[in-house]
Amino acid sequence: MTTTLKQALEAPSIYLPTQARIVDARPMGNTEKVLTIELPKGVSLNHRPGQFVEVSVLGVGEAPISISSSPSRSNGTFEVCVRKAGDLTSVLHQMGPKETLGIRGPFGRGFPYERFRGKDILFAPGGLGLAPLRSLINQVLDERGNFGRVIILYGARDPSELLFMDEVRQWQSRSDTEVHLSVDRGDDSWKGNVGVITTLFPKVEIYPRNTVGITVGPPAMYRFVLMEMLGKGLSEGNIWMSLERRMKCGVGKCGHCQINHLYTCQSGPAFSYAEIKHLEEAL
Amino acid sequence: MSLRVLPKAALPAWVDQLCAGHRVAGPKPLHGQHIFGEIHSSSELELGYPTTVIPPKKYLFPQVEELFSFRKDTGEITPKLDARPTVVLGVHTCDLHAMHLLDRVFQNGYTDQHYQAHRENTLVVSIECLVPCMEHSFCKSMGTLSATDGFDLHLTDLGEEYAVDVDTERGARLLEGFAPARPATEDDYHRVNRVMSEKWPRFPLRLDFDVTELPSLLSVSYDSKLWDELGERCLACAMCTNVCPTCYCFNVADEVDLTLNAGRRLRMWDSCQLDKFASVAGGHDFRKTRARRQRHRFFRKGKYQTDAFGLLGCVGCGRCAQACLVNITPVDTFNALYHRQTQNTQAEVRP
Repeated sequence: MTTTLKQALEAPSIYLPTQARIVDARPMGNTEKVLTIELPKGVSLNHRPGQFVEVSVLGVGEAPISISSSPSRSNGTFEVCVRKAGDLTSVLHQMGPKETLGIRGPFGRGFPYERFRGKDILFAPGGLGLAPLRSLINQVLDERGNFGRVIILYGARDPSELLFMDEVRQWQSRSDTEVHLSVDRGDDSWKGNVGVITTLFPKVEIYPRNTVGITVGPPAMYRFVLMEMLGKGLSEGNIWMSLERRMKCGVGKCGHCQINHLYTCQSGPAFSYAEIKHLEEAL
Repeated sequence: MSLRVLPKAALPAWVDQLCAGHRVAGPKPLHGQHIFGEIHSSSELELGYPTTVIPPKKYLFPQVEELFSFRKDTGEITPKLDARPTVVLGVHTCDLHAMHLLDRVFQNGYTDQHYQAHRENTLVVSIECLVPCMEHSFCKSMGTLSATDGFDLHLTDLGEEYAVDVDTERGARLLEGFAPARPATEDDYHRVNRVMSEKWPRFPLRLDFDVTELPSLLSVSYDSKLWDELGERCLACAMCTNVCPTCYCFNVADEVDLTLNAGRRLRMWDSCQLDKFASVAGGHDFRKTRARRQRHRFFRKGKYQTDAFGLLGCVGCGRCAQACLVNITPVDTFNALYHRQTQNTQAEVRP
């Protein structure tokens, strides 16, 4: 019987990381790296799309990082996409296969994708936001028959910051998936749309009553994408996002991720707009 | 629950007996104030203390605590659970109520085994406050002037003797075999009742409204201008949260020794009042202004904790008010919100 990482965490301390092994480390974008991580034998991460893990390196520290791979493609490993932004992530960028790092989790509430079955899905990731959303996109594509239309609007600052382009191209080549890309600033090779992600919205027609919109991106992006989604007639309960916070402990104690009364690490990081629209600190 | 009576003259012998078998902590004087510290003999203990700078929370949730130690070369990780049997003497009832909230926080959802290890091995001997401890305390308004549980033993000063409420088996064992502690008589119960009823009027009610209204008062005060006014004054020094018996936010950091191979992962008290507490790696700060941070703090004390755990997040100890360098106090804050709200409401109903 396989144990889940959560069970492995139960004793004797919720703060003990399980030592896991990097099996692959591939650079991506200017400041991102994708790590494929294998848990010790017989332990499964057993995560949901939208959840996160606490990744740590002994002697350096620990940080919350969203899980980028979908449960449908687990294979005994999972992936995280790490942007070099601080001490820990700089060390993670120097690490390679066979090195070990600490994992706790998975934590938080992911996207309730079972409830999205039968609906059209409009994904709108911005920049690094594709990393957590990729988990859900692949989950949806791997059970494609359960969903209606799938539309992906993906924006980044410039072409070099578009992540997971090998997969994005596969998505583009599928006849059952509609993909639109945009960059804020193009370069000589860029033939596609130029402009912030909101400029992609007029390009798609949706049936709002049966569409779920899901967006993940930098904090500054949300207000604008929300306006587009609401403007298309999506209901507040059908708009989902994942909020970034500094979830130090992951278990609802340390207080860093609190949004008004909510602990993002427990109630989120996936929230519907209806759940957080009245919270001033959310967006 | 049973009641015993301990002559004051026998207290030193009892404390010394406790010191022989346990780690014992209690209130003791330091630089003109009082602190909770380890005591090794009864002479160090000062049970008649007004209040302490830092609450006894630190025995359940230390300022700095090792979560585990590690060796990088072998990947060996050794959790540290501090299960030293400890007796904390002289805890005031406000701090008992605070411990009750901490229990809910650390035991809710994921149980924090580090807290739990302290909790299970810490015996609490509390003491009834018979006079107000300082100008800033407002325990009567917060309903923490006394306590019916949360202690192992509870002392009530009867003059020459202490009445000792025994609430747990392990509390009873602390008195076991200590001959001077006699069972209470009916007369002793009368004496306790008299002391308790005489104490009540000595304490002022300092909130101008009933505390059960506090969560709803806050829920209509989120956009109050008061927060900006507090933000103008606040120095963001975090003294208020450092001395608070119900604050439990923490940071986690690794510390390596000189070999750069062995080290420890530590958690230490942190504060929502500090710059960067709510910032993320990309640099976005979700609670940038001091006004918002003060509002967050008071909402935690008066509403968020009540919503989440069913208990108020403030116990009226007054330590934050005492520690604040610019006189931001919960009593003034809550009363100001109440009066502004009542004025607004009156203005609305006026024709």
